[in-house]
Amino acid sequence: MQDFYNIDSLLSEEEIAVRDSVRRFVDDNVLPIIGECYVEGRFPREIVPGLAELGVFGANLPEEYGCAGLNNVAYGLIMQELERGDSGVRSFASVQGALVMYPIYAFGSEEQKQHYLPKMAAGEIIGCFGLTEPDFGSNPAGMITMAREQSDGSWVINGAKMWITNGSTAQAAIVWAKTNDDKDQRSIRGFIVPTSSKGFRAKDQKGKLSLRASDTSELVLEDVRVPKDALLPKSGGLKSPLMCLTQARYGISWGALGAAIACFEEASSYAKTRIMFDRPIGGFQLQQLRLADMLTEIVKGQLLCVQLGRLKDRGEFTPQQVSLAKRNNVHIATDIAREARRLLGANGILAEYSAMRHMENLESVYTYEGTHDVHTLVLGQAVTGLNAFGA
Amino acid sequence: MANVLAFAESRGGELRKVALEAVTAARALADAEGGEVHALLMGAPGIAAKAEQLGRHGADVVLVVEHPALANHSAEVAAATAAARAREGAYGAVVFSASAQGKDLAPRVAAKLGVPMAADVLSLEGAPGSVSVTHPGYASKVTRTLTLSAKPAILSLRPGAFTPAAVTKAGRVETLAPAMDPASARVVVKEMVQGRSGKPDLGDAPVIVSGGRGLRAAENFRLVEELADAFGNAAVGCTRAVADDGWRPQSDQIGQTGRTVSPDLYVAVGISGAIQHLAGMRTAKTIVAINRDKEAPIFKVADYGIVGDALEVVPALTAAVREAKQGH
Amino acid sequence: MKIVVCIKRVPDMESRFRITADGKLVDEAGLKFDMSDFDGYAVEVALQLTEKLPQGEVVVVSLGPDAVQEVLRKALSMGAARAIHLKADRVPADGFAVARALAAELQGGGYDLIMFGKHAMDTMSGVVGPMTAELLGLPNVSAASKLDVASGKGTARRELEGGAEIVEFPLPAVVSIDEGIARPRYPSLKGIMAAKKKPLETKPAQLDVARLEVTKTELPADRQGGRIIGEGAAAVPELVRLLQTEAKVL
Repeated sequence: MQDFYNIDSLLSEEEIAVRDSVRRFVDDNVLPIIGECYVEGRFPREIVPGLAELGVFGANLPEEYGCAGLNNVAYGLIMQELERGDSGVRSFASVQGALVMYPIYAFGSEEQKQHYLPKMAAGEIIGCFGLTEPDFGSNPAGMITMAREQSDGSWVINGAKMWITNGSTAQAAIVWAKTNDDKDQRSIRGFIVPTSSKGFRAKDQKGKLSLRASDTSELVLEDVRVPKDALLPKSGGLKSPLMCLTQARYGISWGALGAAIACFEEASSYAKTRIMFDRPIGGFQLQQLRLADMLTEIVKGQLLCVQLGRLKDRGEFTPQQVSLAKRNNVHIATDIAREARRLLGANGILAEYSAMRHMENLESVYTYEGTHDVHTLVLGQAVTGLNAFGA
Repeated sequence: MANVLAFAESRGGELRKVALEAVTAARALADAEGGEVHALLMGAPGIAAKAEQLGRHGADVVLVVEHPALANHSAEVAAATAAARAREGAYGAVVFSASAQGKDLAPRVAAKLGVPMAADVLSLEGAPGSVSVTHPGYASKVTRTLTLSAKPAILSLRPGAFTPAAVTKAGRVETLAPAMDPASARVVVKEMVQGRSGKPDLGDAPVIVSGGRGLRAAENFRLVEELADAFGNAAVGCTRAVADDGWRPQSDQIGQTGRTVSPDLYVAVGISGAIQHLAGMRTAKTIVAINRDKEAPIFKVADYGIVGDALEVVPALTAAVREAKQGH
Repeated sequence: MKIVVCIKRVPDMESRFRITADGKLVDEAGLKFDMSDFDGYAVEVALQLTEKLPQGEVVVVSLGPDAVQEVLRKALSMGAARAIHLKADRVPADGFAVARALAAELQGGGYDLIMFGKHAMDTMSGVVGPMTAELLGLPNVSAASKLDVASGKGTARRELEGGAEIVEFPLPAVVSIDEGIARPRYPSLKGIMAAKKKPLETKPAQLDVARLEVTKTELPADRQGGRIIGEGAAAVPELVRLLQTEAKVL
């Protein structure tokens, strides 16, 4: 879309080059097939080697582990471009980078980092992130998955996880479990669990009407025994997985803008070419209102993200700031997708156009990684100092 | 008064149509100053027999270079010979075709003579010494007028842009020796690969039937081929998407990055009309479009459009064309 | 094996072009620019050729204002080792002047291959490559659709009208690249970061006075298209009638 606020001038030459390279990849490899994948309910696995070669997985992690070593603004722009393709594609990259590679980088031993990160950056090992449980979504502290340390130092894990992106594709799962009794959230530790382990099962969740081009699974761990070195040694307490989610949520703030941009581009081009009552529908005031609102919200969201990325690069960002960006940008993106779908009239319900696919996807994005409502409470607490959560 | 030299392209002992186009354009330039047209004809022994045909299209003199090693075109030998002749003859202009061979040859002659050149010329005016030409630019989205002040003016002509005209001139044959030993050429043709036999080339065919993704599957290209066969004089082209998908060879691709064509009739079947495709065919004299989507941009440039499924419309059109051809 | 690829920065051809007020040129203000398509193929081919060899270096050269450094950086991020910027206020329309400036730079550079795209997307002339070959006294192959290089010799395929030719030539040589030979890679994110640290040398271009001028640039008149004659196979008889009586092409 037109750079209405010259936001490019806030970006470095490399950041723009990164965005443009990923943009071209998405134009060539994602957009031509994604509508069909969505209808078929299939994640486009064939693009994974290309994404790996491009270097999008864990792109903001250091070069010494086979990653691109980008700053966080460049990383955010990658997420934006991937989600301009589809939220499912961005989710895949978010999980691999922010929820699997990041915890290994942040909480893993040097051996774990050397072993896993280069292979994950190369897409040779795909990972998933097991935190949410059937009965514990917004309240992960209540998890009941348990890991028991054995006398030989190995661990035995029991439990179930739900809504796990890449669950059935992954070779490695980052599983979060309590290691003491089930009331003690400080005992939560992370484990790298090979999905080929005995007692590990992943089953795709069927009947999704959103994120259809993404694998979402249920994980069951029944007496899964993992060696001592499966433990992420520096993980400790609920804070560890929440740190991962902050990373992923940062990417979502950018990603949602990508979906919004796709919808705006589609809607504005449609408005200029679709003739009704002998003139382009873009000439009618109601459609102009839609387009003006979309443009305004996208520009605001972009400015928000660039500043958030700069703060993150300086090590100054807070989880509350990320909550604000995720909450706002996903919210405006869902509105933009819906208005774009409406502007497209009957055509808007076809998979050939992208608006309705984004609209459906964004309902998931609105709900995962901290629902919109939970982030409202995070911000409410930041403003008032008063905790309005259930507990 | 300045004479004009025209390079008469041949392949396999036969003159190519572009040779006559070059002579025709050279005639127009020479006539502006009352000069002569000299055609340079190179090939294996026996090529001199084609001189007469050049005479009938306006060549006053045909300079014939025969050598057994010239059975295949050698740009190196041709460039050396054309440049040597241009120098000696003090020509006002040297005209080539912007064919695959000519595009390779003309810039070398220009460099040997130390002058600039204009490529892919669509039209020209003026006389040797101050020639103005038009030429496409920016993916054929603009037409540029270039003025050449150096002498000789070196031009290569867009194939098909100049229609060969019958103007009988003496066509007096003079024999020339190649300006370098053909055996010492460094770039050597090892093999000539024939295209599909009997089918006209995209650059020569008066009619092109071209297919896009709207045909839905590679095997449906059969319909396009059948329609081309019904016309009898048609070549088959395709869009970039189709070539990228491997439905058709890359050499059939028409567009910004493929071939640029100007046939009398272009039939676009299942082609939406992306800018990149339009750049390659918008100069066709008549355009017909068949497409399911009535909003497709191809209809904006088409003289005649039919909204409908190619799989249904094309067989009907093939039958109707066949009938019309028989009626003649 | 040392390969140099000469690349050009051109506007995005999907742009809606406008003409400058004096009617002479395309108004390039506000347009997006990128490496010319065929030059991208040439860079890709050069990288593939050198990647197969134990020792290979790809150098890229571009002539023009400071902005051409963008496309040089792009080539570096694709994998070229270093870049040379021949600085000039603008790229002259006279391809021979450009060829002379390039030949002056490339002379004595020790390159085994000098590569070009078959033509730049803006001038669409394809003259600079063969002219540079001639000025350097090197063998030239234009518009190669396949290229192999081994032990000091090259083999290339060139598409002709209704056929193709396979040619052989000794190195060093000049080769320009046609479409379809290789899909240019996406600059990888690591490549983009690495490109920052690669050498980019700037020097003035040695340009002569141009003897070819663009005196006018026009947008072609819009075709008077848009006539839909009907729907489905039922419209065929009317189409045939129009082709016979109005267009007279059948």
